[in-house]
Amino acid sequence: MNQGLFTIKENTQLVPYIYRMRLTGDTTAFTAPGQFLNIRLDGMYLRRPISLCDLEGDTMTIIYKVVGHGTEAMAGMKPGTQLDILTGLGNGYDLTEGTKPILLGGGVGVPPMYYLAQKLIEKGCDVTAVLGFNKKEEVFYEDEFKALGAKTIVTTADGSYGVKGFVTDAMKTIDYDYFYACGPEPMLRAVFKASETSGQMSFEKRMGCGFGACMGCSCKTITGYKRICKEGPVMRKEEILWED
Amino acid sequence: MGRLNVTLCGIELDNPIIPASGTYGYGYEFADLYNINILGTFSFKGTTREPRFGNQTPRIAEAPSGMLNAVGLQNPGVEKVISEELPRLKQCFHKPVMANVSGFSVDEYTYVCEKLDAQSQVGWLEVNISCPNVHGGGMSFGTDPKAAAEVTRAVKRVTTKPVIMKLSPNVTSIADIAKACEEAGADGISLINTMLAMRIDLKTRRPLLANTTGGLSGSAVFPIAVRMVYQVAQAVKIPIVGLGGVTTAEDVLEMMMAGATAVEVGAANLVDPFVCKKIIEDLPAAMDRYGIGDIKEIIGASLA
Repeated sequence: MNQGLFTIKENTQLVPYIYRMRLTGDTTAFTAPGQFLNIRLDGMYLRRPISLCDLEGDTMTIIYKVVGHGTEAMAGMKPGTQLDILTGLGNGYDLTEGTKPILLGGGVGVPPMYYLAQKLIEKGCDVTAVLGFNKKEEVFYEDEFKALGAKTIVTTADGSYGVKGFVTDAMKTIDYDYFYACGPEPMLRAVFKASETSGQMSFEKRMGCGFGACMGCSCKTITGYKRICKEGPVMRKEEILWED
Repeated sequence: MGRLNVTLCGIELDNPIIPASGTYGYGYEFADLYNINILGTFSFKGTTREPRFGNQTPRIAEAPSGMLNAVGLQNPGVEKVISEELPRLKQCFHKPVMANVSGFSVDEYTYVCEKLDAQSQVGWLEVNISCPNVHGGGMSFGTDPKAAAEVTRAVKRVTTKPVIMKLSPNVTSIADIAKACEEAGADGISLINTMLAMRIDLKTRRPLLANTTGGLSGSAVFPIAVRMVYQVAQAVKIPIVGLGGVTTAEDVLEMMMAGATAVEVGAANLVDPFVCKKIIEDLPAAMDRYGIGDIKEIIGASLA
């Protein structure tokens, strides 16, 4: 983990409520896709944890959804603004398994899949990306995934674009030997059930610190108590314990 | 002897800065960031007899200038703290540590305190009778002078190290509780734990925390903590550890002027992991600004 000042280079709206921000600074603390950063905002006590979408040298990209006061303030920020950010947080995806992986992203679970797809393709994997949204107006990053060289399938719950249904509906039609998933919990549960191979999924929870000190985001797993922010956010399918 | 030294219950501290229990884990997360031996000491995660997961999530919420937590004393239990956490801590921290203890019965408090008292790394026992996030324990001992005195007496009987009783602000008269602890043999008092609080999610119309209520901490509670430290300082002669919303070197000086011998820093560690290092570095200049030569001279200065 590092703490540093980052400068906003770009902050643009992609689709309603979804923004992309590019920031430059010391990004050396990141070691794997699936890690996150934690942004301090003026007037807000707690930082805002956001997953890493892309990393190129000293420039990191995040894609965030406006859901409350914090992200609303972020949406209004101009290039040149400086932000105090903790980087390199959490355990990211382990890329050592599978050669024909399927990547499943739902909504704001799509962004971390982008950097992951890039790294897996660099490794020589045959990557299929399934990007799930509610409707056509919400779809983003289809072209960007295609440009990486990933076979890209978009699903919409209402059928207004791509495959009608959920990411799991597309999953059934694809030949894969490993999976990676990030999205809302109901999606992750569905992927967990539908998956025929081993895999990893990334979780989200309300956090206090984001670096393992407050125990605010703990969860129970097969192998004991884990902190989503420290041992997570990525967990292996085999260790996940669903709490009902 | 530097100008930042203070003595807490007979043990010398290089400076009065102590990260508060529950915001500093067992020290390792922070030892990766800076040399934690610069601290006066730190108070480790509240320890109980059995391992605990704590409350359901969400157990963190934001507040204006603060946060609510309802973690509910997640910890690996005293046996594992002794067999795993303390040996690991020894690698990165070479000063006496403050052992924070919680419980659900007088027996549990004495059991855990006796075990931790026997550990050479432990300098003080900080007995938490003020956790607002557990049911049938914690705070229920800290809201009644008789119960507070009973825990204090029982713990003192089985320990040799200084016992600091950590008090709840969720009471009518915190001075009465402090006095009861002092009369029962406490060596020090620390205050305040978090203020009982609540948030409601406007979208779901339900409490935001799974536990319904949680404890408020952060800058928002700082003036309340100063007031309570000031009141307790008038009521007892034993040393006071002041905490509640401390974020800057100036806050430390203010807390000490209210009557604190040492100062714990809590929620601020979660927002700025380097805050304790910054406070320690900022203290000499802040003291110069207010004409303070030796930090000991301001302890309780506002009471004169």
